Amino acid sequence: MANTYNLSHESLKGLFGSLRRDGRRILAPVDAAGRVELGEVEAPSQVAADYLQTILSAKEVAFPKVERLLSYTIAPGRVDLKDAEPRALPTVLFGVRPCEAKAFGALDAVFNWDYRDKFFNARMEQLAVIGLSCTKADEACFCTSVGGGPADATGSDILLTPIEGGYLAEVCTEKGAAIRALAPDLFRPGNGVDKAAIAAKVQQAFDQPALTSQLPGMFENEVWADQALRCIGCGACAFVCPTCVCFDIQEEADPKKGERLRCWDSCGFHQFTLHASGHNPREVQGARWRQRVYHKFSYYPERYDMLGCVGCGKCTRACPVDMNLKEHLIEAAGVKA
Amino acid sequence: MSDKNIYLPYLMRIAEITEESPAVKTFRLEFIDEVAAQSFDFKTGQFGLYSAFGEGESTFCIASSPTRKGYIECTFREVGRVTAALADKEVGDIVGFRGPYGNVFPLEDWKGKNLVFIAGGIALPPLRSVIWNCLDLRDWFKDITVVYGARSVKDLVYKRELKEWSERSDIKLVTTVDPGGETPDWQGKVGFIPPVVEQLGLAAENTVAIVCGPPIMIKLTLPVLERLGFPPEAIFTTLENRMKCGLGKCGRCNTGSSYVCKDGPVYTLAELNELPAEY
Repeated sequence: MANTYNLSHESLKGLFGSLRRDGRRILAPVDAAGRVELGEVEAPSQVAADYLQTILSAKEVAFPKVERLLSYTIAPGRVDLKDAEPRALPTVLFGVRPCEAKAFGALDAVFNWDYRDKFFNARMEQLAVIGLSCTKADEACFCTSVGGGPADATGSDILLTPIEGGYLAEVCTEKGAAIRALAPDLFRPGNGVDKAAIAAKVQQAFDQPALTSQLPGMFENEVWADQALRCIGCGACAFVCPTCVCFDIQEEADPKKGERLRCWDSCGFHQFTLHASGHNPREVQGARWRQRVYHKFSYYPERYDMLGCVGCGKCTRACPVDMNLKEHLIEAAGVKA
Repeated sequence: MSDKNIYLPYLMRIAEITEESPAVKTFRLEFIDEVAAQSFDFKTGQFGLYSAFGEGESTFCIASSPTRKGYIECTFREVGRVTAALADKEVGDIVGFRGPYGNVFPLEDWKGKNLVFIAGGIALPPLRSVIWNCLDLRDWFKDITVVYGARSVKDLVYKRELKEWSERSDIKLVTTVDPGGETPDWQGKVGFIPPVVEQLGLAAENTVAIVCGPPIMIKLTLPVLERLGFPPEAIFTTLENRMKCGLGKCGRCNTGSSYVCKDGPVYTLAELNELPAEY
């Protein structure tokens, strides 16, 4: 159960100081000439005020775009392998949206459902998330259609909701309690604030459980090819997505030494499934778009009992050809079997 | 922090190289680490990722039988960057191996049954592991038949073993090459695999069929087996989707909710019928 407190603007300033004295870096949305992305900050004044969403997601904190998995040296008749250790710094992710906080759960599902991924886990162990409830939304948002909400605490160790003079602070996890313990006096007893009245209103756009249950029966439906007609397969949707976890493994090497790197990838790319023989199980863009939707809304629920989408809308905002995930899901949900 | 690095391969020394057919080679690989050599175990049907350090990793089955201890073998065709780098290696060179990954052929369930193996071209290697495994446990099974076809005589792999199998009385071998692929002294059949299988008059009763080959061969052979009366539960195949991790994470072998690297590579036709045809 969350313990609820009040955290004034002044107290937040103090909390930033306490976190930094504790040896943690603070990553928060920063406004750089109108573009808001995560960056390292020292004080709340450096955090972007009044932002809606960063373009890129927060997943890079735990799952970097490029990560060294191992390195080696090569000599005649000899190879020496070197294990790689992730550079996992104690980090507080401040002010991310509830959808993004929730997305770490979807990444964890893949990285640890069977074999455990030490790179992801080392970073997650060092990470605490202070989420920030949304007080506004745009037409790309659909968190409430996928089990989330603008003030949903899932995935946040502490969730802040803006109130007069500061924030309502819900301490949700042990990691959150450990942060409060750094400066317990800053957290004042909370009063009965109606979070729902403050949070943004995001209308439910479609019936997700119904969509999930009808997807297996509409694999051959023409809706996927139709929706993907204008998809150019650029992969921007996957790169900004907070839950997209598919990756490539690439070699960077010369004749004497090399390293093996894990890099973000996308099921939207033609080469993603291309066999060495030239055969491609997902030959056309429509099949690749369908995979994206099915992976998130059918295979994830079946395999991990959760969705692979948090409704953040980043893919829609980033798409250069205006593919709108929410609109496409509304359309798919409306297909009669 | 105690998690191990699941991407770290074993180092293997190439103990033997066999030229199988144009651009196809078999490596016998031995573990450099003594402890790994002793503890390593796998079951037939499993695969691994093989490293050419400097170029990357490729996915192949383990082509040797788990009953033959102390080494593993892989057979590959030179088609891309990694396989070209592997093909350049010599005996004594070091490569990497991660595995074993994936599920297995259920040999225990096949006890007391007839086995029919049907392989095309470079798809004999995954079945060679099972065939030797079954021959080494010969009294578990009734009749063992192998149908193997390739484009031409020179494209047949494991020629020494084909000769050995043809001389053994406890295994029936039928080889065939595509029309035009025969040589003047070719003793086998000439024709595509599906009609050759049809002409054999196989009895489906108490028999399992294990099929592996290029997609077109599989597509045309499955209806033949169904006509012969094989139920989908008695037809096995092994898929080789593109993979990077082999660990159920990188996402590219994902077919329906199945990961070929974890839930496969071995599937029955009954199981494949439940999946989208994205393999």
